[in-house]
Amino acid sequence: MKNQTQTFVEPIEETQQTTHISGAEAVVKCLLEEGVNLMYGYPGGAIMPVYDALYHYQDQINHVLTRHEQGATHAAQGFARATGKVGVAMATSGPGATNLITGLADAQIDSTPMVCITGQVAEHLLGSDAFQETDIIGISTPVTKWNYQITKASEIPEIMAKAFFLARSGRPGPVLIDITKNAQFEKIDFHYKKCTSVRSYRPKSEVDPVKIEAAATLINQAKKPLIVFGQGVILGQAEAEFKAVIEKTGIPSAWTILGVSAIPSNHPLNVGMVGMHGNYAPNMLTNECDVLIAVGMRFDDRVTGSLDTYAKQAKIIHFEIDPAEIDKNVKTDVAVLGDVKETLAALLSKLNKNSHEAWHSRFKELDTIEHREVIEKDLYPTKEGLTMGEVINAINKETKGDAIIVSDVGQHQMIACRYAKFNQSKSNITSGGLGTMGFALPAAIGAKMGRMDREVIAIIGDGGYQMTIQELGVILHTKTPVKIVVLNNEFLGMVRQWQQLFFDKRYASTDMTNPDFVAIAKGYQIEGKRVCERKDLQGAIAEMIASKDSYFLEVCVEKEDNVFPMIPTGASVSEIRLK
Amino acid sequence: MENQSYTISVYTENNIGLLNRISAIFQRRHINIESLNTSISEIDGVSRFTIVVNVAPDQIKKLIGQIEKQVEVIKAFYHTEEETIYQESCLFKIKSDLLLEGGEIQQKIIETNSRIVTVNKDFFVLEKSGNKKEIEALYNYLNAFGIMQFVRSGRIAITKNEMKISSLLNTLPN
Repeated sequence: MKNQTQTFVEPIEETQQTTHISGAEAVVKCLLEEGVNLMYGYPGGAIMPVYDALYHYQDQINHVLTRHEQGATHAAQGFARATGKVGVAMATSGPGATNLITGLADAQIDSTPMVCITGQVAEHLLGSDAFQETDIIGISTPVTKWNYQITKASEIPEIMAKAFFLARSGRPGPVLIDITKNAQFEKIDFHYKKCTSVRSYRPKSEVDPVKIEAAATLINQAKKPLIVFGQGVILGQAEAEFKAVIEKTGIPSAWTILGVSAIPSNHPLNVGMVGMHGNYAPNMLTNECDVLIAVGMRFDDRVTGSLDTYAKQAKIIHFEIDPAEIDKNVKTDVAVLGDVKETLAALLSKLNKNSHEAWHSRFKELDTIEHREVIEKDLYPTKEGLTMGEVINAINKETKGDAIIVSDVGQHQMIACRYAKFNQSKSNITSGGLGTMGFALPAAIGAKMGRMDREVIAIIGDGGYQMTIQELGVILHTKTPVKIVVLNNEFLGMVRQWQQLFFDKRYASTDMTNPDFVAIAKGYQIEGKRVCERKDLQGAIAEMIASKDSYFLEVCVEKEDNVFPMIPTGASVSEIRLK
Repeated sequence: MENQSYTISVYTENNIGLLNRISAIFQRRHINIESLNTSISEIDGVSRFTIVVNVAPDQIKKLIGQIEKQVEVIKAFYHTEEETIYQESCLFKIKSDLLLEGGEIQQKIIETNSRIVTVNKDFFVLEKSGNKKEIEALYNYLNAFGIMQFVRSGRIAITKNEMKISSLLNTLPN
């Protein structure tokens, strides 16, 4: 209560105390305290008290029932990636909890802030092999940033506060909180205090001026510098700082699959994607540059190819928030620890203005080759069958780069990430590290619900689509206007490509006999169309984009197209193949 | 690079599940833990893990990075054999008859600084603390007579240099 006669009121750090509420209600109140108004989940026995509490807060929290717990995690991930907020998913004990594991692993490897809440059998039943009991703390340990089992209601406020703090701070990641059923029933006096620190946890390092100086010196002396940036720029909300650094120095900047959209696709310093199916120039020139500046990326094997031959000629500078990433894969000359928003800001004033024109012309030369050998054929094919590239190109024409593109995993993912145009950050959502087929449909639903102001297009292969196709039920239920494009080549295309190239075309278990996808969409009351001819493509995409409701578009694409360029596994980045 | 023996000291919060989290770091990388001991530390409320592994020098740094990344780990250190003073402890259960026969074992107990913990008409229990080699030597000696039971503890180690945990804790919030 505020004292009306008091002139100066101390800011209230702790919220008003609520007496005698259930642990389940406390969970809901914690979510509200953390600003959660949207969450995904699936009820069941051991989490029913929390669902019952949610029932009374429907006006404040929109709980979306996914059709599978895995869908809840991917939807929470899509929401988190599109908004920068913490995604929340909830499930019951046993199978409900184990179904979260793929999403947790995906969020862990792609540093996505997510809090998962699971119900658990009552404390006295722990370890008794009770109905739907599973050791979810043990199972989820390797795929969570942190996890904790609550067995007493009194622990709920502090642990929930810690969960959200840990999920979003430092290098973000997933946190799982398991709550025994007795703790959900117990009564407590509720008061909430946000967590701002944990004794043993350092979310980020202080900026070290010595390292900044060392990095600036190397960058200023470089004749052929190359920047490779990753999702750290986006997670650190450092897009402006990053743009300022590259524009001042004129350094060609290439992105990892999760870094794309940190700068606009049409930025003159954007030289494309690095890695296995990345662009020709940045991959080739990785082994020609004299200073390689890695920003918020982790030298994944799909980025580096063979480490023995990766940028050996170059000095390596690594801007990174996670100390465990330094020298993990690539030995650095200068490691600049910290939040890139802070380190890049500190770096800027130390940098000399430059344009590196001669060096840029090397990129243009190689880019011309890639255009001639690969890109023209992908985007403007002359053969009869439709290519995945021309579908993405047709989407670009309609969206003008303003849409959020959510891709699944496989050939279509590589093509989408290579060719989709982006004007703003947080626009490319894909399962990068884990490569989770089935990610895109639920993630697109989460992204759209988080950003109703933006067009969200899921681009999915015919294989991955059928892994989480049941989430069409969420679209039916919630009328979320997600646009779905299935690129159907009647194959598990990426595996088939490897079988063709490395297993003498033995297409073991990769051909697909598919259902009538349009009829399935119709069954979920989603308007749908199937396009198999070039003349119908642009019109169908225009119709899809114009639709105010969800829309399903199936495009029959060439069955045995391959994604190029390609760095074969174990080869050097400069051994990238154009065909 | 050659593998060598490292003693890892990890200062942590005292929480259920942390042992699992730390051991998973080794398991995931297919690294065998030679010895593991957990105990309280010199600081109130702070636990200490002592882990012995045989790995390459570049690998140990990465392992320390992964251990320190865990939310509830305060600090992790690694040391070579020369940088630590370490002990392991073991217990032997041996038939009492052997103690009286010839006095050979009694002489060995004195030589090796071992200690009889208990003795009754059937068996006696011998305790020996020392380094791994000393314990192995005694084991090999007694094995010829017959050992009823044997158990050896994990390594416990003190580092020659300061690890500065208390001063680090003072700089951390709450």
